[in-house]
Amino acid sequence: MPGLHEFLMLGAVLFCLSITGIFLNRKNLLILLMCIELMLLSVNMNFIAFSYFNADIVGQIFVFFILTVAAAESAIGLAIVVVLFRNKNTINVNDLDTLKG
Amino acid sequence: MQNVFLAIVLAPLIGAITAGLLGVSRRVAHSVTISAVAISFLLSLYVFYEIIFAGAAPFNISLYTWLESGNIRLELGFLVDSLSVLMMVVVTFVSLMVHIYTVGYMHDDPGYQRFFSYINLFTFSMLMLVMSNNFVQLFFGWEAVGVVSYLLIGFWFNKETAIYANLKAFLVNRVGDFGFILGIAAVLMAFNSLDYAEVFGLAQQGQYPETISLFSGIEWSMMTVICILLFIGAMGKSAQFPLHVWLPDSMEGPTPISALIHAATMVTAGIFMVARMSPLFELSETALSFVLIIGAITAFFMGLLAIVQNDIKRVIAYSTLSQLGYMTVALGASAYAAGIFHLMTHAFFKALLFLGAGSVILAMHHEQDMRKMGGLKKYLPITYITILIGSLALIGAPGFSGFFSKDAIIEAAYHAYEAERFGAGFAYYAVLLSVFVTALYTFRMFFLTFHGKERMDKHTREHLRESPWVVTIPLILLAIPSLLIGIFTITPLLFGHYFDGAIFVNNNPFNPEHYHGVLNFIGHAFLQPPVWLAAAGVGTAVFFYLIRPELPGILAERTKLIYDLLVEKYYLDRFNDWFFAGGLRNLGSVLWKIGDVKVIDGFINGSAHLVGTVSKLIRQIQTGFLYHYAFAMILGLAVLLSIFVFGTA
Repeated sequence: MPGLHEFLMLGAVLFCLSITGIFLNRKNLLILLMCIELMLLSVNMNFIAFSYFNADIVGQIFVFFILTVAAAESAIGLAIVVVLFRNKNTINVNDLDTLKG
Repeated sequence: MQNVFLAIVLAPLIGAITAGLLGVSRRVAHSVTISAVAISFLLSLYVFYEIIFAGAAPFNISLYTWLESGNIRLELGFLVDSLSVLMMVVVTFVSLMVHIYTVGYMHDDPGYQRFFSYINLFTFSMLMLVMSNNFVQLFFGWEAVGVVSYLLIGFWFNKETAIYANLKAFLVNRVGDFGFILGIAAVLMAFNSLDYAEVFGLAQQGQYPETISLFSGIEWSMMTVICILLFIGAMGKSAQFPLHVWLPDSMEGPTPISALIHAATMVTAGIFMVARMSPLFELSETALSFVLIIGAITAFFMGLLAIVQNDIKRVIAYSTLSQLGYMTVALGASAYAAGIFHLMTHAFFKALLFLGAGSVILAMHHEQDMRKMGGLKKYLPITYITILIGSLALIGAPGFSGFFSKDAIIEAAYHAYEAERFGAGFAYYAVLLSVFVTALYTFRMFFLTFHGKERMDKHTREHLRESPWVVTIPLILLAIPSLLIGIFTITPLLFGHYFDGAIFVNNNPFNPEHYHGVLNFIGHAFLQPPVWLAAAGVGTAVFFYLIRPELPGILAERTKLIYDLLVEKYYLDRFNDWFFAGGLRNLGSVLWKIGDVKVIDGFINGSAHLVGTVSKLIRQIQTGFLYHYAFAMILGLAVLLSIFVFGTA
């Protein structure tokens, strides 16, 4: 059984992966959403690890909440992406620079 | 007595409100306003009787305190003594005559009610001015008559020239009023009071600061500063050189107001004011010299201008300027009584002349050019005789009212000359020569209008007829005092004790010991130059305008330079337009182009521009790409975390 250390490493690796995904991905908005999900999962991983090793159930309950919110969030995110595609006919991140000053 | 004073003042005000604001008919408008002025006149006569004949003491009543600030009390009150009661009677009498006259003169005018409302309002303001017992109420009346004058000059507000004239009158009066209010402020500074009685009392006791430092280091005599500032106010209102330019133009207004406001009453407010302030003016020899010189310049040089005018009203207007100059000379020569005396006689005969000119204008269908008149004698007999009386009074023919007052002024100027007051020599010769000038222009006007060839067109001639009785009755009623008032009033006014307590003179130019009755005064005058100068003036007019009417034109050709100078009124209007109006416009345009456009707008636009430039730079950070924002967020998070984790260690 790996220890707390390994689990935290896993969480950190997941987090870094997701950040890298956000930065490196210049094309697809969907991948961006997935990276955000991954980021949340890495946080969840930390919660579960601490919860297990500290024998505190609260952390795992918290994870359920985060998962629920994340599901809702990705539903809204996907819906926005659909509407966006309908309007702009693209989900290419480089084309979505309306906020450019 | 308090209620009587209130009634005198308030009756015209109520009349003005009724005629002006209640939308009454023409008939009601003139009935109400005329009865209001009649009430004022009769009550003024009653007060006059009480004070002069029944021997009541002068009334000094405070009615109402409307402001108290520290030591300063601003009150509404009346000071009615021999001086103000004389003014009240003159003002209400002339006003009454003008009211009646207006019924005929303005008969067809659409602004009938408005006109009556204005002249009633004027009567109210003028009474407030003369009855005041403090400087603030004086200033109120002063400004109020100015406003009414402005309204009435521009009465025919569709007329371009009338609007120009009333604006001019208003602006020129502002210059004078500025000096006046500074003078009042100086009085307040020196005496810490604005009540006449208090101020004059302190002035007599010498309880005021001797000097005032206007600019650092230079000390000025307090009393000279006060008096000259107050006199600048009088110069504006009484149209003294160089603030006289508004008065000739004010003739754009209807003739009745030229008679009432711009000849008989309002323009004499300055004279009245200086006479009222005699306890102050007597303390400053310098100020009196200043008054004397200004008056002499006005008397002589404005008289000359009347000779070249062709508009009948303008001739009389310049004559008014010249006569006001006479009054001012009297003030400057410490002969306040003579100034007020001339003010009174002048009010009668000048109102008469104006109303007579109005009657002529009415008969001529509003033609004012004397070159188109002539031979009106047989068409307008009553007007002819009354104007003749007025003219004789104006030139000072022996026995007529103007004779006494003018002679008194010339004598006073001579007295001041003997007393070696600075400028009195010049003033003496100026008023002396003006007698000739006065006679010349008066009878030039008279002959051009009533004698000689008939120069009007056929249509006008057929419709010539004497004016209705509402016009001629005031003429006759004014002709009587023009003829007689001098004989009856000279003894008490100049040589008696009429003005005792109202006017203070250190060195009275009129010595009762050298005075032996009216007849003697007249007889004595025949040994003096003024009468002969007047006769010479009339003779010149007879020669030029009756015997050889072609001569004036030739003379004007020969002396083109002088003639042009006179026609152009010494180029003063041009100068004012160029220097003051034009100069201020140029200054304004410089301030606009440099001060406003460059400095102020530059600063405002510059700061906006700066913000824009900085924003443009900062804006580049906003790329619009989501991952840049996310990166910034994470970077921020990392920084905050580092501070959190490492900062505490």
